[in-house]
Amino acid sequence: LRKNVEDFTGPRERSDLGFVTFDITADILNGKNGGMFSIFDWNVKQLFLYLSAEYSTKNNALNQVVLWDKIMLRGDNPRLSLKDMKSKYFFFDDGNGLKGNRNITLTLSWNVVPNAGILPLVTGSGHVSVPFPDTYETTKSY
Amino acid sequence: GWPGSGGIRSGAAMDLFGDLRRMNKRQLYYQVLNFAMIVSSALMIWKGLIVVTGSESPIVVVLSGSMEPAFHRGDLLFLTNFHDDPIRAGEIVVFKVEGRDIPIVHRVIKVHEKGNGNIKFLTKGDNNEVDDRGLYKEGQNWLEKKDVVGRARGFLPYVGMVTIIMNDYPKFKYALLAVMGAYVLLKRES
Repeated sequence: LRKNVEDFTGPRERSDLGFVTFDITADILNGKNGGMFSIFDWNVKQLFLYLSAEYSTKNNALNQVVLWDKIMLRGDNPRLSLKDMKSKYFFFDDGNGLKGNRNITLTLSWNVVPNAGILPLVTGSGHVSVPFPDTYETTKSY
Repeated sequence: GWPGSGGIRSGAAMDLFGDLRRMNKRQLYYQVLNFAMIVSSALMIWKGLIVVTGSESPIVVVLSGSMEPAFHRGDLLFLTNFHDDPIRAGEIVVFKVEGRDIPIVHRVIKVHEKGNGNIKFLTKGDNNEVDDRGLYKEGQNWLEKKDVVGRARGFLPYVGMVTIIMNDYPKFKYALLAVMGAYVLLKRES
């Protein structure tokens, strides 16, 4: 699971707005029992994948923002190879905590939706730390 | 001395009929009590579920298609609402907007939590283009823990359709209740 990002920030209405571009390379496999078999067993209808950014600010001890999501149905290609993706949703902070924030952790997680039964939430094992710059971007080059 | 044979017969017949009538009344009372017991047990199980899960409504029916293709109208969701369970992005929560009775099942997409445990979060249906701010109360931008009915932990497809049908077609509900009532009252214990 690998993600690479580059980013810049801009203020809107007194709240920081972050822009992140990323690559996602993922192989949704379940390596339990010493063997590699697909997480898509007979009881899995779909996976709801989402990329979330988690960070701390002065205002809030914990912030989580979902930047991107995708529904992967049983039968879809379980290998993701997305490059240069822009975040699907606006990365607004509750305040101005993105400027100069050195430690934004991006994690890929997924919600397993069964045909019937328990709904587990799984967090991927890889995650990437991303720093935001100290200054705002004024040019709209997004 | 005994009355004539005809008299004995009618006397016996009267007693028999009387017995029958008494037995039917007793039988009826018994069946009613049986029915009441079944209803009470069901209520107790429901209350027990509320206690165990911490949710005021541990089983809900999905009413809209805003979470498709994961959940469809008529699916059943099982919720928990433990106080110490933090609300995190990606979780599926069932919440009620202040002042409205209808529970909404959507996903948490933003969380801002303060050091003291104060949480505010934003939700969005998987199948919706925009987040739920349009659904919240006028001027409300975030949901809080108090708005949460529970978190979806498990699900069964289609089963909840029965409640939707009963809601949309009340005649069906009464017919079903009548059939159930008749069955329980007339069922004979062997």
